[in-house]
Amino acid sequence: MTDLSMASSATQSVLDVDAIRQDFPILAQQINGNPLVYLDNGASAHKPLAVLNAMDRYYREQHSNVHRGAHTLGDRATMVFEGARETVRAFVNAGSTEEIIWTRGTTEAINLIANGLAERLSAGDEILVSRMEHHANIVPWQMLAERTGARVVPVEVTASGELDLESFAALLNERTRIFAITHVSNVLGTVNPVASMVAQAKAAGAITVIDGAQAVPHFKPDVQALDCDFYAFSSHKMFGPTGIGVLYGRKQLLEAMPPYQGGGEMIERVSFERTTWNTLPYKFEAGTPAIAEAVGLGAAIDYLNRLDRVALEAAETGLLARANALVETVPGMQIIGTAAHRVPVMSFKIDGLHPSDIGTLLDQQGIAIRTGHHCAMPLMDFYGVPGTARASFAFYNTLDEVEQLFTALQKIQRLFA
Amino acid sequence: MTAVQTFTNNPLGTSITLDDVLEAFELLDDWEDRYAYIIDLGKQLPAFPDEARTEENYVHGCQSQVWLLDYFDDASGNLYLLIDSDAIIVRGLAAIILVALNGKSPRDLLTTDIDELFEQLDLMRHISPTRGNGLRAMVGKIRDTAAAQQAS
Repeated sequence: MTDLSMASSATQSVLDVDAIRQDFPILAQQINGNPLVYLDNGASAHKPLAVLNAMDRYYREQHSNVHRGAHTLGDRATMVFEGARETVRAFVNAGSTEEIIWTRGTTEAINLIANGLAERLSAGDEILVSRMEHHANIVPWQMLAERTGARVVPVEVTASGELDLESFAALLNERTRIFAITHVSNVLGTVNPVASMVAQAKAAGAITVIDGAQAVPHFKPDVQALDCDFYAFSSHKMFGPTGIGVLYGRKQLLEAMPPYQGGGEMIERVSFERTTWNTLPYKFEAGTPAIAEAVGLGAAIDYLNRLDRVALEAAETGLLARANALVETVPGMQIIGTAAHRVPVMSFKIDGLHPSDIGTLLDQQGIAIRTGHHCAMPLMDFYGVPGTARASFAFYNTLDEVEQLFTALQKIQRLFA
Repeated sequence: MTAVQTFTNNPLGTSITLDDVLEAFELLDDWEDRYAYIIDLGKQLPAFPDEARTEENYVHGCQSQVWLLDYFDDASGNLYLLIDSDAIIVRGLAAIILVALNGKSPRDLLTTDIDELFEQLDLMRHISPTRGNGLRAMVGKIRDTAAAQQAS
C-alpha cells in the first residue's frame, strides 16, 4: 500500500492529488450517473486506506479491552490505544498525554468543560462566545448559564465575516469567567486570531476554550503556542473515524475539575463509604472507550504527517483562489464570508434560488455540498438568510472539481431562468 | 375570488391531473427536462394567503419553509389543500403531491400511495426520511387531516 504522496521535487513541492485520491477509495464512485465531486468536507471528511486498514487490523489482531492487563491481547490493545493518544499529543503539541482526553467529539468535549467549570461560576458572571460559533459552542454554555445564573455574551462579527475585535476588547471585563471561541468558522471559513484573543482573555482572568473542529482538517494547532486552557476537536472532520474526538486541557485545570461521568475506568477505588478518582486522563474517560476509533484517529494523523504540509496548504489555497475567481461566472452569486484569512470553505447564495434548490440540483450532477443553517443560526440571522449553500474543500479535491462546481451552478441557473 | 374559491380553483389535482404528470414524465428523459417540468408545476401553486402563514400551518422541515392549509368542502365531501414553500424545487414536488391528493374525498386520499408515486417518478429520494426537506412531514400532516375528517 502506498499512501505517501508528494512530488519528488525538493525545491517546489506540489501535492500529487491524483496519487492522494487513490488513498480515498470512496471518492471513486458515480453519483446519479456522474463522478462524485465531494465538497462537503466541513460536515465530514473521507477516510484514507491507512485509517481503514488500521481499524481493520486492530479488530483482526489486537482487540481486547484496554487497561485490564491480564493477557497479551489486552496489552496489545492498550499499547495501540495509548500510542494513538501520544500521536494526538504530538499533533497538538501538548506537554503531556495526561492532558489528552478522549471524547465522542467536539460537542462532548465542550459539554465536558462546561460541566467541569460549573462550580466556578456564579450569578452575574459572563461567558464570552462569538456570533460565528457552531451551536455546539453556544448551547452547552447556555445550559451552564441556566444552572449558574451566568450570562452568555457574543462577540459580534463584521460584514466580511471577521470577528469584531473592538467589540471583543470592550466586552472583556472582570466578570468574564470563560472565553470560548472557534478557531475556524464552519460557515465562513474565517481563521480567527485566537492566539492574541486568548492572551487578552487570560489577562482579563478568563478560562479560554478553543473549538478546533474546523481547524484541524487544514492545519496543526499548537496548544502551547496558543496558550489556551482547552482545545477541542473531532476525528471525523480530519479524515479519522466518527465517534471519537479530543479534548486537550491544561493539567492544573483538569485536576481541579470534577469528573464528567461516573463508572468504570475513571475510578481509583470504589467503596460505599468513599470512591476516589483515577488519575488524568482516565478520570474523564468512564466506561470502555472507543478503542478502534482512537487507533483510526492515530492512523489519520500519521497519514497527515506523511504528507507535505506546505504543499497541502498551498493546494488548499489554490482551490479557494480558483473558486473565488470563478464566482463572477455565475450571475447573482454572492460569497458570504470574505475574510482575508480563510481555509477553503465557501458559503454562498444565488439570487432567486433557495439553498436547498442549489443542493438538490448539484446532487443531481454528482456534486455534494451542504445547505442549510450549518448549526449556526445566530450567524444566519446576522446575514439575514435562511441558510447558505456551502462548498468545503479538502486537499484531495482537484481544481477540475472546483470548475465542475461552477459549471453545474451555471446549468442550474439556466434551469431556473 | 372568495377564500373558498382559492381552494376549489386550484388547478393541481383538478384541471392538471395525475395522468397529465405521469404522461409528461414519460416524455422527459434527462434530469434537466424533468426538473424544468417540476419547477413549472411549482409555478401553478395558487397564491398562499399571507394571514395563513402561522405556526399552526407551518410544516417543520429541516431547510426550507413549508406551509400547508386545508379546507373541507361539506357539499362535495372533498378535502382541498394549499401549500407554499420558499424553495422552488420543494414547490414543484408539493405540486405533484397536490396533483395526487388535492380535491379528493378523505377516503380516496388515504388510499393514494405517495411513496409509490414518487418511486414511479424516480423522485423517491426527495421524500425519503433522510432528506429532511419537510415533504414527508407534509404528506403525514395531510393524511392526518384526512383521517380526522373521515372519523368525524
